[in-house]
Amino acid sequence: MPDAALYTPTAIIGSELPRIDGPLKTSGTAMYAADYHFPHLVHGVPVTSTVAAGKIRSIDTSAAEKMPGVLLVITHDNVGPLFRMAPGGHDGRTSESRPPLEDDIVRYWGQYVAMVVAETIEQAQIAAHAIKVDYDPSSFNVSKVLDDSPTEELPLHTESKRGDAISAFASAPVKIDQTYVTPAETHNPMEMHATVAVWNNPKFTLYETTQGVMNHQHVMAETLGVPRENIQVITRFLGSGFGGKLFPWPHSALAAAAARQLNRPVKVSTNRQMMFQNVGHRPRTQQHMQFSATPDGKLVSLRHDYRNHTNLGDDIHENCGEATPFIYSVPNLLLTSALVRRNVGTPTPMRGPGAVPGLFAVESAMDELAIALKMDPVEFRLKNDTLTDESNGKPFSSRHLKECLQLGSEKFGWSKRNPKVGSMCKPGDPDVILGWGVAAASWGAGHGPCQASVALLNDGTARVSCGTQDVGTGTYTIFAQIVSDRTGIPIDKVRVVIGDSALPPGPTSGGSTCTATVLPAIAEATDNAIKVALATAATAKDSPFHGKKPDGLAFHEARVHLEDRPASTGTPYQQLLKMANIDAANGEGSTSALNSNPEARKYSTHSFGAQFIEVEWDPGIARLRVSRVVSVIDGGRMINKKTAENQILGAVVMGIGMGMLEETIYTPKTGQPLNSNYADYMVPTHADSPSIEVHFIEYPDPILGEYGARGIGEIGLAGVAPAITAAVYHATGVRVRELPVRIERLMQSTVQV
Amino acid sequence: MNQFNYLHPASTDQAVSSASSDGSKFIAGGTTLVDLMKLYVENPSTLVDVNDLPLAQVESLPNGGLRVGAMVRNSDLAFHPTVKEKYAVLSEALLSGASPQLRNMATTGGNLLQRTRCPYFRDVTAGPCNKRNPGTGCSAIDGFNRTMAILGTSDHCIATHPSDMDVAMTALEALIFIEGPKGKRSVPINDFYKLPGDTPHIENVLEPGELITHVEIPPAISTKQHYLKLRDRASYEFALASAAVVARVEGGHIHSVRIAMGGVGTRPWRAHEAEAVLTGKPATPAHFQAAAEAALRGAKPHTENAFKVELAKRCVIRALKVATA
Repeated sequence: MPDAALYTPTAIIGSELPRIDGPLKTSGTAMYAADYHFPHLVHGVPVTSTVAAGKIRSIDTSAAEKMPGVLLVITHDNVGPLFRMAPGGHDGRTSESRPPLEDDIVRYWGQYVAMVVAETIEQAQIAAHAIKVDYDPSSFNVSKVLDDSPTEELPLHTESKRGDAISAFASAPVKIDQTYVTPAETHNPMEMHATVAVWNNPKFTLYETTQGVMNHQHVMAETLGVPRENIQVITRFLGSGFGGKLFPWPHSALAAAAARQLNRPVKVSTNRQMMFQNVGHRPRTQQHMQFSATPDGKLVSLRHDYRNHTNLGDDIHENCGEATPFIYSVPNLLLTSALVRRNVGTPTPMRGPGAVPGLFAVESAMDELAIALKMDPVEFRLKNDTLTDESNGKPFSSRHLKECLQLGSEKFGWSKRNPKVGSMCKPGDPDVILGWGVAAASWGAGHGPCQASVALLNDGTARVSCGTQDVGTGTYTIFAQIVSDRTGIPIDKVRVVIGDSALPPGPTSGGSTCTATVLPAIAEATDNAIKVALATAATAKDSPFHGKKPDGLAFHEARVHLEDRPASTGTPYQQLLKMANIDAANGEGSTSALNSNPEARKYSTHSFGAQFIEVEWDPGIARLRVSRVVSVIDGGRMINKKTAENQILGAVVMGIGMGMLEETIYTPKTGQPLNSNYADYMVPTHADSPSIEVHFIEYPDPILGEYGARGIGEIGLAGVAPAITAAVYHATGVRVRELPVRIERLMQSTVQV
Repeated sequence: MNQFNYLHPASTDQAVSSASSDGSKFIAGGTTLVDLMKLYVENPSTLVDVNDLPLAQVESLPNGGLRVGAMVRNSDLAFHPTVKEKYAVLSEALLSGASPQLRNMATTGGNLLQRTRCPYFRDVTAGPCNKRNPGTGCSAIDGFNRTMAILGTSDHCIATHPSDMDVAMTALEALIFIEGPKGKRSVPINDFYKLPGDTPHIENVLEPGELITHVEIPPAISTKQHYLKLRDRASYEFALASAAVVARVEGGHIHSVRIAMGGVGTRPWRAHEAEAVLTGKPATPAHFQAAAEAALRGAKPHTENAFKVELAKRCVIRALKVATA
């Protein structure tokens, strides 16, 4: 246990406070990017390529240009300057490195080849349909088999190594040697990507669907070739992102370019089909696993060799080995990776990037090895648990995987499991077999730099601001909670201002790091504002504390009081500010990156969890459903239990999609993502969402700051898919190593009720 | 979508005469048509809106049957007391389809004309499709065909008929009433749909300008009925296989039975062969199995949908088991 101070917060921290922005969302008054309208606003509709590779011979825009309302047709001939990001030195990350319409080469189906701008969306749509693009198509590759040999350009990387995994595996008594595959998945947030670009020379205001207003500002400044201060990015509300909105996509630059050319506000929104084409996806992975153990269940070696597809212009590495080097104790380990190129859009992080598909392979292999050992899969994991990160020798700041597995077993009723395949029937329904599966979960913890401002205003309210945004996870709410915790100002009197790049620089909402990043900055800003309030109390002419030393004053329950007297004897801070004719007591605060803290560098920081899943398998009609989930999460302190639980519930449902439904299908004949709509690309419906029980093992992690919160956006998805396939095996005897589980595979089961 | 003329006739006669010109389409709930217009798969020059025509009644007939107006919404039909009581298979089928919002819009007449969900049909950029562009070829036969049909296919088209309602209507032997430029006529539902053959763009017997006005459902042979729909997820998905069963059981024997299948045919699929196997036989698993084998005897799977043959059999067997219980 690290030796660092933890703070004891008030009851507002860890409460089940409903999200403060909820009423705006349920009443339809929250403004999302595409909701913004301005006088003279016009609409851009992109034209996308209908070949997966080739060269544009010509683009016939003549018919479109004559259509009513059409103002502009942008192609690579007239798009104007859009720049690439300079290598190194910049602190922004884009998605597709090629700016839209940079050249006449098509590298994937759905790439933007033109955009029509018209007075109305309908006029723009019909004109976009009238654009005729003549291609000189070339051969392309969307093969699902990722067996391509490493090349000089795309070499094999050794990511982690200890001992000798190859010879240890060769001589090990019990082993498994299998390949696991996860398909390309599409993020599919309900809110599609959109940009409303307003050009007011020399300044751009971009209303965006972004998980990072600051990053978006930095990238668009470079892309458009303007100073950063001339770009303001606004994202007040986001209809979720799942990683798909972390980095700018080409439509944003197209909207800005059109606004600059026309000197009118331009709105560009992707449609659902484009969501599958040109705004990222989780890349396909192929992972070869060689695991071995002693007959009594101690791991001997782990080998994890994986590949993921990336697009033609970008090297997007899906970090499948995120958890492999440290999740279990093992003396011999080898982890390698390689990329293969396919004619697809640029991949991008999707909830739990790398770790989630990686853990599908790791935890599936663990389940298979437990079966080979004739050992209970929970016991097997407990036996190989460790409190040291064996990849670097550092202790974990706070690792409670063992308790996750134990509590999960207890809550799920794991001891009642009969390990024999197909042996458990659903009580009261003789047609249905139950399958029970388990998997461990892990996701990295950390935080980046951040600045925040807090103002305690003389009307009795507070304002807290930061250039971050709320993906829909509850960021607004925890901002208010921290200010309220430290000042006693009621939640409904704390105004949270985020989603604007003009605010003090805040973090991207990614990697489950936003909470850990903003908390120290808000806390410090609040404390500094309190100091100003106390100094005011000590100096204001009519103040009851006039002449006292600020050190002897305290701030609780929204009052300034003598430190040795109860808060109820104090004076409301707003009265003191008014006495001094001061508008607000302002404070600034900042967080520095976790890795800049020498104490933190002594530890390995991760969250852990365990997923227990029951499936129902009705072999008579080949029907598979997830019927029960117990998810136990070790994520440090939970700032808000309700939004935290919401995160895990949503992640588990997403995991059911990953396990049983989701796959972006690129057709071999054309290379197009064929199932590019909500009906054909299936995600779970409410009817697919079973009883989900969420438990938090709350050990505040002091290395992550005085609140000890690590963050939980992604951990809830980790481990769900392998727990499903383990449960499916238990029910059917069929081991599914390529997601999603399809009933046609399970129909080979010989298990009968 | 392309621009179109919009007509809003006040009477059925007016609607029929308005829709006689080339390129005209009737629009009811619009849940298929508007989608396909947005996708440029349907490009009507004129839409004739039939929403205000007096076709939204459900009425009991003297013979004990039911007359359902073409404009009766799927939700209203599913929850109609007579339908729930006497035609449970229809109510179950309706409620297994789409989503509540769609069912509130979709109509009886429109559903009879629901078009396939074949992705190659629904995407004008997805390559050849004989249904969309006659004579160009079929991309599904050697493409993505997991969800495609295994019964009634041809070398020109393997697109699945997507409806649930029509499968139940088929088992109930509904009669479709039509009004057109040449007058009125009625067609049994089993004669209404055409197999794709070499003209997959012609899906039914409707002539230009003909409007479905209502459907008559004869008295059911039994209230022992069941609609079973099998799919990957629990809701909002078209059937991989479905079965509608209406069975009259006397003394443990099947007196008579009607079986129709969905999700597997290029049209709602009446399983006469399976019915023949069962008639007069004890309601036992062995006979259900024999019936299922008969129902799928002519099945022709493609590269990715062979599992549907077995799935459809299991579906028929379970639906028979539930209906006859």
